Amino acid sequence: MPFSSLSDLKSQLDAGETTAVELAQRYLDRIDAHNGELNAFVDVDHKHIIDQAKASDAHRAKHGARPLEGLPIAVKDIFCTQDGPTTCCSNILKGFHAPYDAHVITRLKNAGAILVGKTNMDEFAMGSSTETSAFGPCRNPWDVERIPGGSSGGSASAVAGGLVPAALGTDTGGSIRQPAAVCGITGLKPTYGRVSRRGIIAFASSLDQAGPMTRTVRDTAMISAILCGHDSGDSTSVVNAPEIDWLAACDSVDMKGLKIGKPKEYFVDGMDAGVRAAVEAALAKCVELGAEIVDISLPHTKYAVAAYYVIAPSEASANLSRYDGVRFGKRCENPQDLVDMYTRSRDEGFGSEVKRRILTGTFALSSGYYDAYYLKAQQVRTLIRQDFLDAFEKVDIIATPTSPIPAFKIGEKTDDPITMYLSDIFTIALNLAGLPGMSQPCGFVEDLPVGLQWIAPAWREDVLLSAASAYEGATDWTTKAPAAFGGES
Amino acid sequence: MNWETVIGLEVHVQVNTNTKAFCGCSTAFGAEPNTQTCPVCLGMPGQLPVLNMEVARKSVLTGLAINATINLESKFDRKNYFYPDLPKGYQISQFPLPIVEHGYLDIPVADGEKRIGITRIHIEEDAGKSMHEGLDGVSHIDLNRSGVPLMEIVSEPDMRSADEAVAYLKQLHQLVRFLDVSGADMEKGQFRCDANVSVRRFGEALGTRAELKNLNSFRFIKQAIDYEVARQIELIEDGGQVVQETRLFDSAKGESRSMRSKEEAHDYRYFPEPDLPPLRISQEEVDGIRAGMPELPGQLRERFESEFGLSSYDADVLSQTLDLAGWYESLVAAHPSDPKRCANWMANELLGRLKEQGKDIADSPVSAQDLAGLLDRIADNTISGKIAKDVLDAMMATGESADAVIESKGLKQVSDSGAIDTLILQIMADNPGQLEQFRAGKDKLFGFFVGQVMKASKGQANPGMVNQRLQDLLKG
Amino acid sequence: MDIDVHKVAMLSRIRLTDDEAAHLGPQLSNILGYIEQLSEVNTEGVVPTAHPHDVAMPQRVDAVTNANRRDALQAVAPNTESGLYVVPKVIE
Ligand SMILES: [Mg+2]
Ligand SMILES: [Zn+2]
Repeated sequence: MPFSSLSDLKSQLDAGETTAVELAQRYLDRIDAHNGELNAFVDVDHKHIIDQAKASDAHRAKHGARPLEGLPIAVKDIFCTQDGPTTCCSNILKGFHAPYDAHVITRLKNAGAILVGKTNMDEFAMGSSTETSAFGPCRNPWDVERIPGGSSGGSASAVAGGLVPAALGTDTGGSIRQPAAVCGITGLKPTYGRVSRRGIIAFASSLDQAGPMTRTVRDTAMISAILCGHDSGDSTSVVNAPEIDWLAACDSVDMKGLKIGKPKEYFVDGMDAGVRAAVEAALAKCVELGAEIVDISLPHTKYAVAAYYVIAPSEASANLSRYDGVRFGKRCENPQDLVDMYTRSRDEGFGSEVKRRILTGTFALSSGYYDAYYLKAQQVRTLIRQDFLDAFEKVDIIATPTSPIPAFKIGEKTDDPITMYLSDIFTIALNLAGLPGMSQPCGFVEDLPVGLQWIAPAWREDVLLSAASAYEGATDWTTKAPAAFGGES
Repeated sequence: MNWETVIGLEVHVQVNTNTKAFCGCSTAFGAEPNTQTCPVCLGMPGQLPVLNMEVARKSVLTGLAINATINLESKFDRKNYFYPDLPKGYQISQFPLPIVEHGYLDIPVADGEKRIGITRIHIEEDAGKSMHEGLDGVSHIDLNRSGVPLMEIVSEPDMRSADEAVAYLKQLHQLVRFLDVSGADMEKGQFRCDANVSVRRFGEALGTRAELKNLNSFRFIKQAIDYEVARQIELIEDGGQVVQETRLFDSAKGESRSMRSKEEAHDYRYFPEPDLPPLRISQEEVDGIRAGMPELPGQLRERFESEFGLSSYDADVLSQTLDLAGWYESLVAAHPSDPKRCANWMANELLGRLKEQGKDIADSPVSAQDLAGLLDRIADNTISGKIAKDVLDAMMATGESADAVIESKGLKQVSDSGAIDTLILQIMADNPGQLEQFRAGKDKLFGFFVGQVMKASKGQANPGMVNQRLQDLLKG
Repeated sequence: MDIDVHKVAMLSRIRLTDDEAAHLGPQLSNILGYIEQLSEVNTEGVVPTAHPHDVAMPQRVDAVTNANRRDALQAVAPNTESGLYVVPKVIE
């Protein structure tokens, strides 16, 4: 039961077999029982959740059900919500209550969803392990000694551990897909510009995109249908983006004739052999289902991490300047003067990974270095984007491993930034290109989940959902859940 | 001896939109502190900018008026620095690709006109205000101005004296008001100037420049530049060197002082604003804006001279602002028989009175229709020009029409020859001595009799008729 | 790549203790060293990408949409007085 899909829960609600209040209570009990161990949630307001559920049941009775009526959904602590705190898991925002909802929060509310709290994350989404959170590390329900991935690790852990049926994450360099992969769930990063960023705390503005983290492909489609769409309050939310029938895409599951690109740069020596084997096996399954594998090359992929670690920190260094202790957030005690207020508030408020990235970005933009770092990275970004455009001349979709390795041990890489950065090596390129990407479970390495990443051309999430649905239908990975949390593995 | 001054100007012009550049907050002046703010202009987490299209339109209009290139694609950038009145820690501005480039303004100089190049106009957002006075160890921040749209208009270093700089600024000031792109009220900070000033010996390469900030009146601009030129020449002649620095002009002392050395030199780390895709404008939109461009002061002045036969002085006065020109044209429309009389009464009488009251034409208590009504009464001899001035005073005070004032005060001109004859005969009887002298050939006394009759009629007698009747009656 | 960590920290307005600087300096150098590999790529004539899609910005109509919410917005401020934000003295 804790591992029911959103669509199953919806059927139960629609059939009158359960109520929103009952569901909310059931998941609250799960959270109470297991969050101590997982640290997946950083804020849960029981009363507020039950109040929402009561209102939802009333709405259903009076006006009928909206698309997500009564369904519990958790959101990463990066989404601003008027109810309760929003901190981005940073000390600099401890106690901050946003006087507004993120646009997508409004969309979820209007669709009848029950918001069940805020999930743990790397501070300001800067990390791949959810260890840099000011609330302490989050844990992977498949092995609580290990990281749940990051930065949306709390959302992944909560869904994988059955504390909530679905959650929202954000993805700047893989932060939805990588935790989904290492926690054995499904996650979608939509095309850049598909989902409004308004009210989502910015990390790197030209890369950030929110998306669903769910147990099944159809659940991802259900939430995407609500999240996606133009918002006049976000200039990067694309007007007249090609629309998609999200649920229909999950029904057209024929892989026959589908050309799947297999980029040689994503299947390299040095990656985890088990991960490679699982992904190869998944591709073999796709061939069985009628797909054709086409060897392709994305030659600039190997520079993606380097380009990303210029562009993302540069944008972040400016995005995080607003945390200055003047209008909101933390101000240090007894500032001696203005510079002291700034430097001490920010020293005390930011954790070391955030500082590292602010300093990296500030340096890359500073006078004398801009051309060699920032401009160069933007040019490489063009080449990376072009690689994908060229590839999509030959194939319909690209398949790769999501993460080169399964979940690693907590503390294993905390003081080795570059190794940590390399865990996003397969996910980063498509953020730079603005493309949609998805991760779905495709096997295990020593009881740790492995993710299969799908990449489609811009605005073609329908292609992702169809391929992923076909693969999901032919395998039973989504039925797996960690035994320690009551699942069947 | 043989020094040449080189001046370039950067003018920040507040665009007169209803709302801020990137959010829907009001830009109205003088509101209670921080009551015109929102999460966007406070730089709160997750908040994003959306450009006010009117800012782009007004920038294009200004660009067209200075004969500049309009960039159909322009880009926004972030200019990074920390200051408590800059909420996001960066200003959204335009750096490598501004909306307008390569224009010019022709300014009047002693021997004709001089062309001053305008490098660029870029769109940016204003910061808030910091207040320090009377506060102990703290400053107060009001962010009502944060995010208000500015055009930064950057000239080439083409000016060679403080007078040229002032002439350029006045021309620009008039232009932006004319185009209705800015209120340009300098006291409200809507038209702010920074001057880059350097000196060199004739024929030499450009000298090191100092940037003068906080020049908030035409008078201070001239003072500040003159002071700076003298300072630099003296420095060099004493064997010193000018350092590139920002200097703050203190208008009370008439001096400037260096703003440097408090902190490290600025490194603004400009980079493309990732929250804003490029701003694109179609050629059709630009053409539409051009088609809607109002007549500019020079064009209006010429038309007033040729169409209405005005003196160049009157034409100049009445083409100073769009409001004045519009008011004048309404006046002519209502009193079409004599555009010169209209100009004369508006420029000399009405504007003089408004100036005494510290009012603009827009606040005139007398409408163009009402002033035309007064001019009609002069034209049909109901009142004399002299009485009309008193009537205008009364109209200014009460807001009544000319006819109402004439009626209530009984000022109607006396044109009845019988009544005038009676007056004249009475005056003749009262002044037998003067009458005798006049009749003896002292012609100059005619004026005396005119004056006496007018005085006796309290100015209401028709002066032409008084003249005519006196000619007859005095001769006896 | 040797970088002046203190200078960058000042630009970033982050206080760094000498210990932190000693720790962060080499880490930043490492990161920048890794980034150096970008110099291998021939980018001559390549147009830089700032935005993932080639789209124009939408624009907003010039109509006031925000009412005064000062109290709510300042409820989260560290220090205000009579509707003004209070900071240590700004010296010009
Ligand atoms: Mg400026
Ligand atoms: Zn605002």
